[in-house]
Amino acid sequence: MNAIITVVGHDSKGIISKVSAKCAEAGANIVEISQSVLKEYFAMIMVIDITELNMPFTAFVDEMKTVGESSDLDIRTMHEDIFNSMHRI
Amino acid sequence: MNLLSAQDIFETINMIKEENLDIRTITMGISLYDCAADGVDTVCDRIYDKITKRAEKLVSVGCDIEKEYGIPIINKRVSVTPISLVGGRYSPEDYVKIAATLDRAAHTLGINFIGGYSALVQKGFTDNARNLIISIPEALASTERVCSSVNVASTKAGINMDAVAMMGDIIKKAAYLTKDNDSMACAKLVVFANVPEDNPFMAGAFHGVGEAETVINVGVSGPGVVSSAIKRAGDCNFSELADVIKKTAFKITRMGQLVATEASRRLDVPFGIVDLSLAPTPAVGDSVAHILEGMGLEKCGTHGTTAALALLNDAVKKGGVMASSHVGGLSGAFIPVSEDAGMIDAVKVGALSIEKLEAMTAVCSVGLDMIAVPGDTPASTICGIIADEISIGVANTKTTAVRIIPAYGKGVGESVEFGGLLGYAPIMKLSDYSCADFIARGGRIPAPIHSLKN
Repeated sequence: MNAIITVVGHDSKGIISKVSAKCAEAGANIVEISQSVLKEYFAMIMVIDITELNMPFTAFVDEMKTVGESSDLDIRTMHEDIFNSMHRI
Repeated sequence: MNLLSAQDIFETINMIKEENLDIRTITMGISLYDCAADGVDTVCDRIYDKITKRAEKLVSVGCDIEKEYGIPIINKRVSVTPISLVGGRYSPEDYVKIAATLDRAAHTLGINFIGGYSALVQKGFTDNARNLIISIPEALASTERVCSSVNVASTKAGINMDAVAMMGDIIKKAAYLTKDNDSMACAKLVVFANVPEDNPFMAGAFHGVGEAETVINVGVSGPGVVSSAIKRAGDCNFSELADVIKKTAFKITRMGQLVATEASRRLDVPFGIVDLSLAPTPAVGDSVAHILEGMGLEKCGTHGTTAALALLNDAVKKGGVMASSHVGGLSGAFIPVSEDAGMIDAVKVGALSIEKLEAMTAVCSVGLDMIAVPGDTPASTICGIIADEISIGVANTKTTAVRIIPAYGKGVGESVEFGGLLGYAPIMKLSDYSCADFIARGGRIPAPIHSLKN
């Protein structure tokens, strides 16, 4: 079961490290990362496996949001089914 | 990337973040047939217990889905069996007690509306239906979250003009009883023709007679998403425009289907339908009127508006139907005046009249919705407005409805303010001429013939 984390905001040092540290702490396995920096903007999409998450997924969503707020980034964690249902028939 | 492209992912996020995409409502339908009892106190106890037990987890499950999928679910609501059909023999005073019970259950559950304080009188009144209708003004004025609807006509039965005549007085009384609150009770009361029995949207939701014990119905929204897609499409012809709308409606509805399936699974309640409606809110960027203006109308309500709305409504349905396993409810574009920033603006500048709105309702879902009119409008004139609108539904085999607010103590040039999703509405001008003698005839308008179509 996968979820997708998107991170958008001004580029700064250690963004990937902060997000991946929180994933490791919660027991989420990073499956794939794609990131790009355009001028000063940073955009990352991370696919994570949440099968062995050590906390409820809703709590993980909140924690990632907190990471985003403390770093002035827009971090969204969403179950991948929402994207699959919208873009795959 | 995992079959999904970055573009797909950011498209979805952008719809939610910038274009106000949301699930408007998850509505749980609950049958109250087995709450029948000899006395009103027993029936109230049974109704309260059944609703609060069956929908106990509705709000928490809704909030979980909202968080896990990152899609806002604005309302969690309950619809019940039309209260006039719950067995027993009740006076209008008894019905007010039942309304208070529904309100109490809504507060306990933490839902913002409960629908089903309803009567189906398209062909005639039962004693209970008549008593329930008499009780509506008091019931709505004394409760906060109860919504009421009355079906006065159907294509098969014709129009019960006695019921139409009654509703004029009922609406005026409801307006008077809530005069300190901009006649708010009228915003919770809908008069229908051909009412759908699985509609998840308020104020007209109820749990129909052929429905299962409990059911989950979901209403999607997304005028902002359609509006942006049309803007992006730029200068294209009508075929291309319809395609853009269809594709967008498909995506929106897929999300509704996902949420409905998930809610049904987690609550262990059968999935009923997805209602494919474009439901506006007063928020900027969430307007159906602005979609029509985006198609090339200078202002909603001008000539061409009915054609634009017909195209929009049809394309939304075509796009949505394939995205959901079961479609139902009202399904189409809503055009409530007070709940749509573009509509409010069009009325304010004089571009949109009640006559044009009536024409628009012939090609889209619902009808004259959230329309504020002068408080001194005669009851018979309100009946005339209802009769006109209901006739459009009956003749065209479609649902139409009237939710009208004769704002007590106010006139043209003033406005009513309800706040939240119900918004605010400038008071509209009506015809100065009477239809009192027409309404006073009473009886039924026969069902229309459905051959010799012209």
